Amino acid sequence: MRSQAFSAYDFFLKKIACNIGFAQGVSVVIKGGGVCTRLMKLTDVLEVVRLTDIGRKREHNEDAVASDMEMGLVVLADGMGGYKAGEVASEIAVLTIVAELKESMLALQPGQIDMAEGMQAESRLIYDAVAKANASIYSVSQSQPQCAGMGTTLVMGLFTNDKLLVAHIGDSRMYRLRGAEFVQMTEDHSLLQEQIKSGLITPEQAKLSANKNLVTRALGIDPEVELELHEYEVEAGDIYLLCSDGLSDLVEDADIHLTLATLSANLELAANQLIQMANDNGGKDNISVILARVLKSYSVERSWYDKLFDWLK
Amino acid sequence: MAKLIYSLEGAVLGDFTLDKERITIGRRASNDIHIDNLAVSGEHAAIVCIGRDSFLEDLDSSNGTSVNGKAIKKHVLRNGDVIEIGKYQLKYVSEAAENIVTSGSPEDFEKTMIIRPAAMKAMTTEDDAAKLQTTNIQPPVDNPTPDVQAASIKPPPPPQAPAEGVLLGNVQVLSGPGMGKQLVLNKALTTLGKPGVGVAVITRRPHGYFITHVQGQTYPVVNGNSVGAQAHELNDHDVIELVGVKMEFFLTKA
Repeated sequence: MRSQAFSAYDFFLKKIACNIGFAQGVSVVIKGGGVCTRLMKLTDVLEVVRLTDIGRKREHNEDAVASDMEMGLVVLADGMGGYKAGEVASEIAVLTIVAELKESMLALQPGQIDMAEGMQAESRLIYDAVAKANASIYSVSQSQPQCAGMGTTLVMGLFTNDKLLVAHIGDSRMYRLRGAEFVQMTEDHSLLQEQIKSGLITPEQAKLSANKNLVTRALGIDPEVELELHEYEVEAGDIYLLCSDGLSDLVEDADIHLTLATLSANLELAANQLIQMANDNGGKDNISVILARVLKSYSVERSWYDKLFDWLK
Repeated sequence: MAKLIYSLEGAVLGDFTLDKERITIGRRASNDIHIDNLAVSGEHAAIVCIGRDSFLEDLDSSNGTSVNGKAIKKHVLRNGDVIEIGKYQLKYVSEAAENIVTSGSPEDFEKTMIIRPAAMKAMTTEDDAAKLQTTNIQPPVDNPTPDVQAASIKPPPPPQAPAEGVLLGNVQVLSGPGMGKQLVLNKALTTLGKPGVGVAVITRRPHGYFITHVQGQTYPVVNGNSVGAQAHELNDHDVIELVGVKMEFFLTKA
């Protein structure tokens, strides 16, 4: 049970949690709820499995995961802060981002390019949604003493028009398995990563470091946050993995790769296996994974009229 | 806070607390750790402390710097490391490691935290009073009494070595065209079966081997019973049947 002091936050959750699929601590199959007038629905294009586990050492699960198949959205957050504040931060982040995008994407025709960014126009919506989430967490942490200083990492992916927009803050990661090639797509915003980049330590030495837990960027700790966002081409058959550091700190990349490659036919088993490996290696932190497989191309068909209209704009 | 215990030919001369972001070691008096010996370069080496990590760097000294007998250029110091400069030995003792040994709650260290530039500065210049502390290491004149405290410092906990007598799983095909074939289960995961018909995976875990159904209509059968969709622990000499092929699972000494 949450204490009385969380009531303002509870109200906030009720307000936005109306019809979006969301899970903390358990895996839930997302059902396509709500009305979406958007032409593009990715329900048939993506296969998504998400799982979060408390691990073996912690008393709370401060991770939060969510996905929305219609939008083609996957979000994962790893909260930090004393008592239960970490779980509050990650929940607000995930719920706000899903709710904001659900609303703002209704008004956007897929397949448009944002000229300023040179990316799919949805990128602008992601920046806005993340800024809103940041402001929400920050205002709760300012008004609720037991939430002071809370924050969260974030990694999210939005599939649109045969592209994937990847946004992240902190040390939650996204990986991609394409054929035999397994790559880490995000670069941690952490002290360790900066030390590796500056040549102070090698990646091998980094594995032994005592500073694994220090992130240099987080959502909700300052009035504004800098989001890192990139766009990638997607191919049918790609498998994307989003995970919290509870997985990437405890299971070697090579073992994650082996698991995804071996169990690609059964994503749910693959997700369970990854969590089991992290727990077998100590389970020092909460472990969350989202696996998303692209089943087929989802490019937006555009008429010559649309193109001309874009060109005239 | 980490410290260095310095000694010459086994005799402990004192210790130095690493309370600054950058600590220099050398023959010149301007160094934080001043070693008056001709084998030591003017600016010999430096230690950079960030959070709980300390990085040792040799500053292109004439005679070099070694850690635990190996010459190094850059090195991440770990509890118990012995740095050798000239004839002097500096033993690195990290407080974090001591805490883990004594308090037994290393989990606290694992919590993710945000580090800001201001906080990082505070972490490295915590003690203003300690400012520019310079330690002079002079060769011992008389017989110095070795510091007893240094002897009581615990060695680093041994790395987790695999338990003695680890058993390795194997599978031998008992029927069908592949009869007699043997497979060593030395990876975390090994798949068996036919894609589209029935595939199972054998996972290697710290406490044993488990078989789980991956895909297809055919579920693996162990000792005559279908295991269904759940993971099933394998015992020595279990007979696995998958897509009409019989296999024996057995354990051997690794």
